[in-house]
Amino acid sequence: MSSVLESPSLDSQNADAKHAPARPLVIALAGNPNAGKTTLFNSLTGLRQKVANYPGVTVERKEGSWTIASDLRSARLIDLPGLYSLDAASMDERIARDVLTGNIPNLPAPDAIVAVVDATNLERNLYLVTQLLEYGRPLVIALTMVDLALKRGLEIDANELAESLCVPVIPVTAQQRVGLDDLSKAVLRVIGRKAEGARWRLSDCTECELMALMSGGGDSIDRQTALRTLYADELPQDDGLREAIESARERLAHINVNWWQEPLIARYDWIEQISSRAVKKHAAPRLSTTERIDRILTHKFFGPLILIAVMLLVFQTIFSWANLPMDLVDKGFGRLGEAVGSLLAPGLFRDLLVDGIIAGVGGVLVFLPQILLLFFFIAILEDTGYMARAAFLMDRLMRGVGLHGKAFMPLLSSFACAIPGIMATRTIENPKDRLATIMIAPFMSCSARLPVYTLMIAAFFSGRKFFGFLSVGALMIMAMYLLGIMVAIGVAWVLKRTILKAPTPPLVLELPPYRVPNFLTISQMMISRAWLFLKRAGTVIMAISIILWALATFPRPPQANVVNNDAAVAQATKAGEESETDAGVKTAPGLAGQSGEQLSQSYAGRAGHLIEPVIRPLGFDWKMGVALISSFAARETLVSTLSVIYNVGKDRDSSSDSLVNAVREAKREDGSPAWTPLVALSMMVFFVLAMQCMSTVAVVRRETNSWRWPLFMIAYMTVLAYIASFITYQGGRLLGFN
Amino acid sequence: MEIAENINALFGRTTEQISNAPRSLDILPIGTQARVTGVTGSGAIARRLLEMGVVPGAPVRVIKAAPLGDPIEVRVRGYHLALRRTEAKTISVTSD
Repeated sequence: MSSVLESPSLDSQNADAKHAPARPLVIALAGNPNAGKTTLFNSLTGLRQKVANYPGVTVERKEGSWTIASDLRSARLIDLPGLYSLDAASMDERIARDVLTGNIPNLPAPDAIVAVVDATNLERNLYLVTQLLEYGRPLVIALTMVDLALKRGLEIDANELAESLCVPVIPVTAQQRVGLDDLSKAVLRVIGRKAEGARWRLSDCTECELMALMSGGGDSIDRQTALRTLYADELPQDDGLREAIESARERLAHINVNWWQEPLIARYDWIEQISSRAVKKHAAPRLSTTERIDRILTHKFFGPLILIAVMLLVFQTIFSWANLPMDLVDKGFGRLGEAVGSLLAPGLFRDLLVDGIIAGVGGVLVFLPQILLLFFFIAILEDTGYMARAAFLMDRLMRGVGLHGKAFMPLLSSFACAIPGIMATRTIENPKDRLATIMIAPFMSCSARLPVYTLMIAAFFSGRKFFGFLSVGALMIMAMYLLGIMVAIGVAWVLKRTILKAPTPPLVLELPPYRVPNFLTISQMMISRAWLFLKRAGTVIMAISIILWALATFPRPPQANVVNNDAAVAQATKAGEESETDAGVKTAPGLAGQSGEQLSQSYAGRAGHLIEPVIRPLGFDWKMGVALISSFAARETLVSTLSVIYNVGKDRDSSSDSLVNAVREAKREDGSPAWTPLVALSMMVFFVLAMQCMSTVAVVRRETNSWRWPLFMIAYMTVLAYIASFITYQGGRLLGFN
Repeated sequence: MEIAENINALFGRTTEQISNAPRSLDILPIGTQARVTGVTGSGAIARRLLEMGVVPGAPVRVIKAAPLGDPIEVRVRGYHLALRRTEAKTISVTSD
């Protein structure tokens, strides 16, 4: 074995490096989805990787550092999104093409490309390779799943493949680290060498047209450029060239109406020639393991049943497992607030820190366990290949409202929390379908609404039963979930026929072979998603927490003094304790420390009075108005705000029963009860439909890259909530309730 | 059956010829093996189908239909692909 340094081709690499001595090598990793690209990327980079977004789009940009040789600087390994082709149909493909051609800011064109090719699926994987070859960049093929191919009776001759394609082909088994050294050596060897273009030919007529384009006009262009311009979607700017292209297309269309299909078919013809030489087919089992599993999992009858069972399992675990860490986070922040509160001198700064920032950020962080768990399940479902089956099973139903089968999982996730759900819509290629899914995701009743439903039901609907066993409370919660789903369906239907008008999205979806999930991949996905959530949504939430705190604090009543502040701290502690008994109820950002009296004097209190005429027809008074305003930051703050308003938190022993009693006994100025079952129902309906979650707004802003959509979302959801609450309350009164 | 054969005879065709005549993938019964003869239509979907290997000459097999009858699952070039019947309609096939 000669060392890497002695290999002659490294000289050319050194020569190449002279042009840009300062920068590390840039290597791009490209391949079909499910080809084993992520596993290879993780094996090559270990944990030295970072995830960000490409500028202006939500395509994830994964980069890692790869120790390509012990005596060389680590290379920058760019993990391109999973691709079937480079023809820029989707955002992913456009980004990949921009990376390969060096059109991404601060990222030089790659010195070499590693193409990951799945041996079990050679022909379709080679299609992307033919396109990569056409870009002429130095290329190495990493052949994955060779053992799996053997099991299916496919024996692949890597040498023959390398000879036909004129590029090195290295069989790798990334998880066992087999072939990784050979891969590094091969990459170093090809750097500075252009790959020969793919050697496929078009029909004589088309080749003639290409020749004419290459020589015609002022400056001559090479064959690849001519080919790309001839078949590109958009016409070139240059007048002469555009005319030449237009007339060439006209002549080609005259011969064959499907003239544009010619290069695609020609590539596959070439691929079939290569694979007939490089692949030996042996007897294989009639049914693969995947096909056998699918006989059950996509069975006409058992398939949907299993899907429902999987959904139930995911929900059950999210609701029950997440409670413990959520309580810990909540209590931790309560303690932190207490500790900071006792260390600092009483005053505005301490209040800002404890009631504004710590309570507010804690209020967001409390969702982290749920988000992590949900992403854990999504990652497992995706990594095993089940997610594509769920889309397959659900597509017909989703299509009924004009959505894609892929929208099913994000919407399902939104029942736990809309944030990971909205982040999971990234798998939907068509931007309009993705937007429609994002827009209806918050209608799925998330876990933050549960404390509100629970309080309302405990106060007004508990203890009653239908037929002796069906509790009214359970039926009402189910009704609230159903209301959200029905409205979501209606809104999707309207959106897809108006502002997001687009033909029903096509479904051309690969059902990949089932695979044992890779826990490194899964944990990395969880960590990167959690980090994205914390970093972006966290900054916005912090700002909003501070604003809310200020609104609830200023102007300060003249008698505000040290005693009051101590009471505030006691109250913040109390809010923390309450969540022990009532999981999900957490400290209200900005409001936890305010006394009821001060609150009514504050801007938030004044705003409550201000909006009272508007919310009166819904059955709400100004105190509920304050609670509503505060809950626009996060829904469950309604509960803690109400306990502040009704001064429940004064004695530290009070349990959440006291809030239920306070709500039942609350009186209006005229002495009539503030809350009735009808008011509670109206409030619940409002909470089903209103956009009251700043974290969701922040995530929608991030995912859609504009303020237009999140603002539209707030507006239309609030209007819908108002109308529905209005109908509930006024309709109820007409029917004789009060 | 007899009537169908009579009608076909009227037009001078036999049942055999009918089964070999090009038809679209969406009407193939489950379990049928066929060969692609072309992808009609233009735009992103036709391009994506061709890119994924559904080109003239490629063998395809209809594996199953989803519980509600749509989409369908086909095998092409050794992998499994789900597509709606509307998309399958644009793929013309001929029996082997």
